[in-house]
Amino acid sequence: MQRVVITGQGTINALGHSATETLAGMRQGRSGIGALDFADVERLSIRIGAGVKDFRPEDHFSRQQLALYDRFTQFAVHAAREAIVQSGLNFDGELGAEAGVVLGTAGGGLQTQDENYRSVYQKGQNRVHPFVVPRLMNNAAASHLSMIWGLRGPVYSVATACASSNHAMGQAFQMVRSGVSRVMLTGGAESMLCFGGLKAWEGLRVMSPDACRPFSADRNGMVIGEGAAVFVFEAFEHARARGAEILAEVAGFAMTSDASDIVMPSAEGAARAMQGALADARLTPAMIGYINAHGTGTRANDRTECAAISEVFGADASGLMISSTKAMHGHLIGGTGAVELLAVIMALKDGVIAPTIGYRQPDPECALDVVPNAARQCRIDAALSNAFAFGGLNAVLALKRA
Amino acid sequence: MAEAIRQKVLEIIARQAMLEVDDISSETTLTDIGIDSLGLVEAVFAIEEHFDISIPFNANQPDATGFDTTSISAMIATIEALIAAKKT
Repeated sequence: MQRVVITGQGTINALGHSATETLAGMRQGRSGIGALDFADVERLSIRIGAGVKDFRPEDHFSRQQLALYDRFTQFAVHAAREAIVQSGLNFDGELGAEAGVVLGTAGGGLQTQDENYRSVYQKGQNRVHPFVVPRLMNNAAASHLSMIWGLRGPVYSVATACASSNHAMGQAFQMVRSGVSRVMLTGGAESMLCFGGLKAWEGLRVMSPDACRPFSADRNGMVIGEGAAVFVFEAFEHARARGAEILAEVAGFAMTSDASDIVMPSAEGAARAMQGALADARLTPAMIGYINAHGTGTRANDRTECAAISEVFGADASGLMISSTKAMHGHLIGGTGAVELLAVIMALKDGVIAPTIGYRQPDPECALDVVPNAARQCRIDAALSNAFAFGGLNAVLALKRA
Repeated sequence: MAEAIRQKVLEIIARQAMLEVDDISSETTLTDIGIDSLGLVEAVFAIEEHFDISIPFNANQPDATGFDTTSISAMIATIEALIAAKKT
C-alpha cells in the first residue's frame, strides 16, 4: 500500500481562474454568484448562478482545439495545466505509460447538446457540426487531458450526479494507493449554465431565486455554478524522491448508497460514508478538525447532513468546524467535490477555514459550528470532504496535513 | 367555474396519490394521502400545465412561497386566484 499525496492543484470557477485566486476569494468570503447571461435566460424563473467570468477561450486554445472542446473540457484543460505545472511532473517515458485520469462530470458536454438541440429543433436546421458527439461525450475532458499530456494508463470519467468528483478522486486515490499507477490526474468539471441545464433544475423546485445560504434557517435552495478543479495525486515515495512540494495527504475514502429514494437524502447513508472514510484513513472522529460539507442550501440536504455528522461525531461534533463553500462558488454538480477539495487543502496546509457565507439565521436542525460568514485561522490535522448525490450515492474523502 | 377548478385539482391530486377522486375531499391534507415533497412538486407541475398558470412554489420553503399546501382547499383558493389574475 502506497501513501497518496497531492502535489498539484488547479481550477477555474466563479471565484477565479486559478487556485490562488480561488483561495483568495474563499479567505475573503467572496460570492461568485450573479445574474446569468445566455440565450433565452428571460424564459427562466431562476436567473442567478455562479458563472465563470471573463474567460476568453480563444486566449487559451487554438481554433482546432476549440472545435473539439465543449466548455466543460475547456475548464478541465485549464485547471489541469495549472496543476501539472505546479507538480513539476513530466510524463515522458514510463510514467506516462502508467499515469491516467479519472474525472467527474454529471452533464458532460451539456453546452454542446443545448446549442445543437436548439439548432435542429428550434431553428429547424438539418445539419450539425461533425464534432458534436466527440464534444458532448462524458469522457471528452478526461480523454483530452490524456492526449495533451500523454497519459496512457487508466483514463475514464465518472458520472454520479453531485458526487461525481468525489467518486472520481476516490478511485484515483485507490489506484495510486494500490500501485496501479504512481500518478493520477483527478478532479471534475461541469458546465451546466445554459438554458436547458437550468430549465431542468427549475422543474424540481429546489433552486433559490436569490442566494445560496447553507445551514441558515432562511435558506431557500441551491444555486448552480460551473468550472473545474484538477489535482495531481501521487505516491508519497515518488513525490519525496523527486523533492516535490506536498500540499496534503489523501488518507481515506468511502462510498455508500442509500438504496432508498431517488432525490431525498438519508442521514444513515451519509453517516456510513463518513464512518467508512474515517476507518479507511485510520482516523478517529476526534482527529478531524474540519468538514467541507455538501451543504447545498436546500432544506433537505443541510438538515440531513447535520444529523449525519452529529451521529458520526457525537460529542466531538461540538469542536468541529463545518462549512459549505457552495455559497461562494455555487453548486458545480459533477465538479463540485473537486472545487471543494481546494478548501480542504487550504484548511490543512494554511490553517485557513473557508466560511459558509450568506448565513443569517441559526437553524436548530443545523446546530453545528458552520463557520458563518468569515474565514477562520485554525491549525488542523485532518479533514473530511462530503458529497451526497441524487440517487442516494455518497462519497467521502479523508485528508491529512502533509 | 369554481366547481370545475375544484374538481380538476382534486382529480390531479387523487391521481398523484393513486386514489379515486371520491376518496378525497377539499379538506384532505396531502400528508393524509401520503403525498411527499416530490409528489407535491409533480402535482404542482400538473396543475400548472392544466390551467396554464405559474404557481410560486419552492420545495425548500413550502410555507413561505404564497402557496399554502396545508390543505387541498387552501391550494384551490390560491389556484383560483392565479387563474382569475391571468384573465385580467
